Amino acid sequence: MASKVIHAIYNDDDILIEAVKDVRNAHYNIGEIYTPFPVHGLEKAMGLAPTRIAITAFMYGIVGLAVSIVMMNYIMISDWPMDIGGKPSFSYMQNMPAFVPIMFELTVFFAAHLMVITFYLRSKLWPFKKAENPDLRTTDDHFLMEVEVANHDVEKLTKFLYDTGASEINLIEKED
Amino acid sequence: MYTLPNKLKLFAFIFMVLGAIGMIIGFMNAPSSKEEVKEKLANHNSHEIVSPNDSNSEVAAHEEDAHYEHIMHQMQNRPWSALYVSAFFFFMIALGALAFYAIQYAAQAGWSPVLFRVMEGITGYLLPGSLIMFLLLVLSAFHVNHIFHWMNAELFDPSSDKYDALIAGKSTWLNETTFLIRAAIYLTGWNVYRYFSRKYSLKLDETNDAHWFKKNFKLSAGFLVFFIVTESMMSWDWIMGFDPHWFSTLFGWYVFSGMIVCAITVIAMVTVYLKSQGYLEYVNDSHIHDLAKYMFGFSIFWTYLWFSQFMLIWYANIPEEVTYFVTRIEDYNLPFFGMVAMNFVFPILLLMNSDFKRVNWFVILSGIVILAGHYMDIFVMVMPATVGKSWFIGIPEIGALLFFFGLFVYVVFSTLTKAPLIAKGSPFIEESKHFHY
Repeated sequence: MASKVIHAIYNDDDILIEAVKDVRNAHYNIGEIYTPFPVHGLEKAMGLAPTRIAITAFMYGIVGLAVSIVMMNYIMISDWPMDIGGKPSFSYMQNMPAFVPIMFELTVFFAAHLMVITFYLRSKLWPFKKAENPDLRTTDDHFLMEVEVANHDVEKLTKFLYDTGASEINLIEKED
Repeated sequence: MYTLPNKLKLFAFIFMVLGAIGMIIGFMNAPSSKEEVKEKLANHNSHEIVSPNDSNSEVAAHEEDAHYEHIMHQMQNRPWSALYVSAFFFFMIALGALAFYAIQYAAQAGWSPVLFRVMEGITGYLLPGSLIMFLLLVLSAFHVNHIFHWMNAELFDPSSDKYDALIAGKSTWLNETTFLIRAAIYLTGWNVYRYFSRKYSLKLDETNDAHWFKKNFKLSAGFLVFFIVTESMMSWDWIMGFDPHWFSTLFGWYVFSGMIVCAITVIAMVTVYLKSQGYLEYVNDSHIHDLAKYMFGFSIFWTYLWFSQFMLIWYANIPEEVTYFVTRIEDYNLPFFGMVAMNFVFPILLLMNSDFKRVNWFVILSGIVILAGHYMDIFVMVMPATVGKSWFIGIPEIGALLFFFGLFVYVVFSTLTKAPLIAKGSPFIEESKHFHY
């Protein structure tokens, strides 16, 4: 089914944020916003739910810590006990301080990499993916707000968007 | 303007009086003869009395005698050490706050000017704290007490039985005269900065002239250079000097990290307290959030340095280095590992979540744990060398802690009454008022 959307283009991030607030106050529905750089405070203005990436980061860190403990226990204690500097290598606990740097590094490694992968999955990004942005200028210096027309009056909506400071407005028939 | 509530004044005085009584009891209970030590030990742990050996009783008696004399010295050191630990602990809070304050000026920070008067209030304790520290060092240097092992002249005398070649080799650094001269230089430098930065900060309010801000900026940058060198040397002199054989090259940083985390914690706690009394109307939860981030970050930094120091020495296992940790793990196991848990595990779990950093009671709760943990840190740095196995957290330690706590609260809050709580002349004050995370 084809749906109509309006692409309103802004050329300043402050104007954009004000416009987002106005559009939401007027009960129009914003589909997506394309910006050339992360705009501070935009997610709050759009009313997006707060990110849960921090919670996943904590869990990934715990996983990394566990992996490092199991790994060092296998490598250094159970599989092939190695005598380094006369340190007792027959028990994990007695040798633990030597493993702390590895435990720390793997915690950070897992948290960082899995966070990035999670972010890619959640934003539906993968290598060779075709870019979704509707207007190339949003990669340079323009900001694009996609407003769903639904059953609103297009004339009125266009007029309203011009008043919020849009520099250009296009009506798009979206196939999906 | 803030006025000192009578209740708070009374609270501070009660703490000081209780603390003073505790310290006096501590000094009175210290044994003055070997017989007294024997009696005390017999009362405390009657099952552990060593009976003199029958076969070569003369040697055994001599050894036993030396043993009791050793314990007597430790017990005599205990009230002095307790006093020293608490005096240093509160002094370092003021000093850390001063360094943090200088960083704000040198970095031209925009978020913090609404907290400047709180920081200046805390650094108000620097002068009384310095005088007390200097007095304690002078008393040690004039052999009123023997908490500094190296201040025994026999150690430097090759003809004496007690001659210690390692300590004698350090005599250019470890001698009472230069020790006191160095202490005077550090303390004078820090107090001069504190005096002028406060003066310029007040001038800035009066005149609104950026000239004073520039002066403070330059002064702060210069102070920071002076501070980081003298702070490091101070930590060798005043703390590492207790173990004159042992050395650690990152000790200055280690002491600094504990100092700055305590200072920021106290800044946060005083801010939350004043806010709860209806002052500091421009401080919002983003300021608290930032302070809590610093508390969290510097706690991790402290742990990093603690572990760096521990792991290298543990791994290398060189006798003269490793004894430091062997003593602590064997004789101070609970405080030694307990303070790592308090200074690392608690802050990391309590303050990791972003939302918790702006919950006032959470900040206070973690702050109390952090401060107690860093008191234990200083305790474990000083006590093993001065009182050895005869340690306990009893009346002398708690008394000294209460006394200095009362004094600190009284001095800090009376300094806060002396100027408006908003540094309105700061060029960044508007930015700070609207600071938003």
